[in-house]
Amino acid sequence: MRNGPDVETIRKDFPILERAVGDRPLVYLDSAATSQKPRQVIDAVSDFYAHHNANAHRGIYQLGEEATEAFEGARAKLARFFGAPDPTTIVFTRGVTESMNLVAQGWGRKFLREGDEILITEMEHHSNIVPWQMTVAVTGATLRYIPLTDDGQLDLSDLGSLLTERTKILSVTGMSNALGTITPLRQLIESAHAVGAIVAVDAAQLAPHRAIDVQALDVDLLGWSGHKMLGPTASGGLYGKAEILDAMDPMLGGGEMIEEVFHHRSTFKPIPYKFEGGTMPIAQQVGLGAAVDYLEALGMDAVREHEEEITRYALDRLLEAGATVYGPKDTSIRGGAVSFWYHDVHPHDLATILNEEGVAIRAGHHCAQLVMRRFGTPATARASFYVYNTNHEVDVLVEALAKAGDIFA
Amino acid sequence: MAVDELYKEIILDHYKSPRNKRELPGAALTGSGNNPLCGDEITVFANVEDGKVTELTYRGAGCSISQSSASMMTEAVQGQTVDEARELAGQFRSMMAGELDPDEATFGDLVALKGVVKYPIRIKCAVLAWDTLQEAFEGAPSGAASPA
Repeated sequence: MRNGPDVETIRKDFPILERAVGDRPLVYLDSAATSQKPRQVIDAVSDFYAHHNANAHRGIYQLGEEATEAFEGARAKLARFFGAPDPTTIVFTRGVTESMNLVAQGWGRKFLREGDEILITEMEHHSNIVPWQMTVAVTGATLRYIPLTDDGQLDLSDLGSLLTERTKILSVTGMSNALGTITPLRQLIESAHAVGAIVAVDAAQLAPHRAIDVQALDVDLLGWSGHKMLGPTASGGLYGKAEILDAMDPMLGGGEMIEEVFHHRSTFKPIPYKFEGGTMPIAQQVGLGAAVDYLEALGMDAVREHEEEITRYALDRLLEAGATVYGPKDTSIRGGAVSFWYHDVHPHDLATILNEEGVAIRAGHHCAQLVMRRFGTPATARASFYVYNTNHEVDVLVEALAKAGDIFA
Repeated sequence: MAVDELYKEIILDHYKSPRNKRELPGAALTGSGNNPLCGDEITVFANVEDGKVTELTYRGAGCSISQSSASMMTEAVQGQTVDEARELAGQFRSMMAGELDPDEATFGDLVALKGVVKYPIRIKCAVLAWDTLQEAFEGAPSGAASPA
């Protein structure tokens, strides 16, 4: 990385990158599905279990206090990482799927009525489509879509007729997992606020790669998945403006989220705790705290630069090899998730053959069937990059593609 | 290289030059299935007379494993009785489960798909055509004439 530690140094922090697949070194190009974890994160989880494990917010004893402190410490780190005004605006969830369901249920079911409109985009991951369809079924609200251009950007030419005073919420991805496209959040948020709609952002792909300042963006709700940003699975969260979170209903009733329980009603804790029913993934959120420490030490600007460089290199090499690449080619408006077809080799055959060379890519619809349908393909191959990937690994990918081409020639 | 055991010549041949890949207008039996994870799709068309599969064709799109399996299936099943075809489908599933190790004499080209067993995630691709055939047969009780 130009303004950070070099990639070879970073790679030493990731134990899994030392392993082989068969007799080949692992070339992990599926970070958009889940990132690998640095030793610092693995150690934080392990240290929590080895030395501080207890349930958070319950035990009136030393361990309980330590566990609570570690858990709340992680919340404070996430608040800092996303520029949130206060840790109470950070709700812990198991990831973006849960975050978007919480928005669609806790906010959507409470405030949406027949005649109201929800605006999403054809670029969304299923986790920002299906929760809204479920909310529509209950509320009678209408779900509308921002379409896509042929190069995989949001087609905003007709935004004025899609985003109206009937629109109550715009729920949009920050970066497409299937196309890599980065959406113009600032513009979308301003336009939505101008008609009185609130904005929820699925930052599953954006958060690992770009600095996000929720206050500067003036975004109302924003969810992330910890496991895509070097953290453990089942870590993640939802930022919300305090007044919006206050107004929302909890999704999960149960232990820890209540103040008092009576026979026929209960009172809820203040935010964020009213959304955190049941025992949370405590060690995992602590691990995510260590992950954002790690990312901050690298510097999110350096993370972004590295991604732009390797994505540029990969796009050039893939196009030169004759691959069909979906989504924008301009790295200033796209991230490092690169969907492609290599000649006529079906993505599943490609993934199997690449695996023989140690190369791990994703093949399928990427939980984005609307995108696949828009571009008339049932599936694509997808290579995605993160802080530990090198140009050499892109070369290994391209050489492996040639082998697949030979088999199917 | 292990991958050569998967992508045998015969599989690639069926993939590139599929047999009986066409619609059968007015077919007595049809069945369709897909594998949403991969986007593999297969529709089979069959005519059955006196309990015997007289014609079997398919249409579809997907990976080489799913499509070659369908192509081989149409060749293997043509001329069999519905009961025999059902039994073959069962044997094919057993082969995919690693419980049966048939030889080429009894299994023909289908034996080439044995290599898929080592790629558990691809087994669904290989079995899709056979599931689809099963669905088509659901309208055809064994030994019965083709239903209306």
